[in-house]
This record gives sequence, C-alpha cells and structure tokens, in this order.
Amino acid sequence: MKSAVIVFPGSNCDRDLAVAFEAATGVKPAMIWHRDTYLPADIDLIGVPGGFSYGDYLRSGAMAARSPVMQAVAQAASRGAFVLGVCNGFQVLTESGLLPGALLRNAGGHFVCRDVPLKVENAQSAFTSRYAAGETIHYPVAHHDGNYFADDATLDRLEGEGRVALRYAENINGSARNIAGILNETGNVLGMMPHPERVIEPAHGSTDGKRLFDGLVEGLMARA
Amino acid sequence: MKARIFVTLKGGVLDPQGKAIHHALEGLGFGGVNDVRAGKLIELDLADGTSDEDIDAMCRKLLANTVIENYRIEKVA
Repeated sequence: MKSAVIVFPGSNCDRDLAVAFEAATGVKPAMIWHRDTYLPADIDLIGVPGGFSYGDYLRSGAMAARSPVMQAVAQAASRGAFVLGVCNGFQVLTESGLLPGALLRNAGGHFVCRDVPLKVENAQSAFTSRYAAGETIHYPVAHHDGNYFADDATLDRLEGEGRVALRYAENINGSARNIAGILNETGNVLGMMPHPERVIEPAHGSTDGKRLFDGLVEGLMARA
Repeated sequence: MKARIFVTLKGGVLDPQGKAIHHALEGLGFGGVNDVRAGKLIELDLADGTSDEDIDAMCRKLLANTVIENYRIEKVA
C-alpha cells in the first residue's frame, strides 16, 4: 500500500498526517515536495496537509493549487487514488477544482482553534466507513478560512448526492449548511477543515480520528 | 504596458474584513457609512503586446477565484 503526503512551503501538518498514514498502513508515506511533477507509481493514498502554504498569499491554497505536484495529484485522483485534504489541504483541493466551492474567512472574523463536535452525514464513503451515520464525533479545528461557500445549486447537489461527509454540530465559522467536509463525485477525494490526524492516539485525548485512517486502509485492502 | 486587476467579492459573499473596517470607521466617529466591501488591487507590468485574452486568462486561472470573486481589468497606458 503506497501513500504520500504533499509538502508545500508553509505546510505544518505534513508530519502529523504522515504519522497517521504510517500508523494505519504500516508503511512510511513518501513526502512529496511541491515542485515534484510525479508521484510514486500506483499511489493508493495521498494526503494534502494543513498549514499555511505560500503564506496564504493571494487566497488560502491558491498558490499551492497551481504548483506542479497538484497536476500529478489530480491525475492520481482521476485514476481512483484516495485523496484526503485537511484544513489548508481542503482549501487547496477547492482552489484546484478537485472539490467544488470555496473556503472564505470565518464569519466571526476570528481564528477558531478548539475541539468541535461533528455529525457524520455519510458513513458509506471509504473515509467514513468506520463511523455510523448520524454519529457525533469530535475533531480539533484550527483555521481562519474555514467558512465553506458554494452556490445553492451546488449545495443542493452535494446534499442530494450524499457528498456532505461531515457537518459541524454547531455553527463555528459560518459554513453554508454547517458543512465541514465534502466528497468528490466518485467518493475518493475528501476535503475537510477539522483535523482527524490530531486525534489518533489516546495521548491526544481522543482517538476519534483513527477510524478515518483505518477505514481508508480497509477500503484499499478491499480493492486489492 | 500596465494593467490593474480589481478583484472583489461577489454580492452575497460574506466579507468579515469589510465588516471589521466598517466597525472601525464607526468607532472613529464616522457616521453615514452604510456598508464596506474590501477587495484587492493587483498591478501587472506586462510586455507590450500581451493580449487581452492572456490577461483575462491570468484572472480566471489564478488572480480571482470566480466561485466567490469578480474581477475587472483596467489597462493603463
């Protein structure tokens, strides 16, 4: 099972994501620099980490989305590789067009950094298969630009197609319909603002995030 | 040749920065400000002969996120 974590200048959750990938897959992920133009052949799982890529210049995720490696990520995604974008990674995925919508400045204007309750909306995806639909879990968030925005038609389509994976159980940033994480059309790309990789060991205070990574590995094993 | 690109949030897209500026103006005692929307001005110094199509493509592909933003191009002689 091959996994990789993309590293942009300004990424700061890349190593946390790598630890979570390694814990779940048993294999160290390849760390891929943003200037690289290709990923390991037959890559199964790609992480687009949190942080402040390119100092959030222009818009959060805007520069990273246009960096050379993202074309390789898009190609791998179209082949069916799993892609998980967390926080800044979610912003990069929307900016690159792999996911619809955009992430605006938090409605309250404040950086929000705390544990938040999330409702699992879709437990059918590989990312959420170890959760129960309707279950409430807790992940930490730490973001300034997490206010999910899309036009009503897009939001209706996301809801209708079961592509809202996670919803905030309380309104923390003004996100449309409290959306915290969404899937692409084929269900192999998930972008989310909360950080599952920060709650994978008892020492983290919770292991709510571990099931996401374990579910992904299970999904990959089922494919093989 | 220079071009100025004005990038503004679409109507209906929340602008917390504009709201904060509005609040600060009121704090300074300026009444009569109905609303504030903040945007960006990006100045491009371009090779002569750069086509309008290219400038427009720059806006669509990078300078503005057309999901949430509008852009206006002003060419400066």
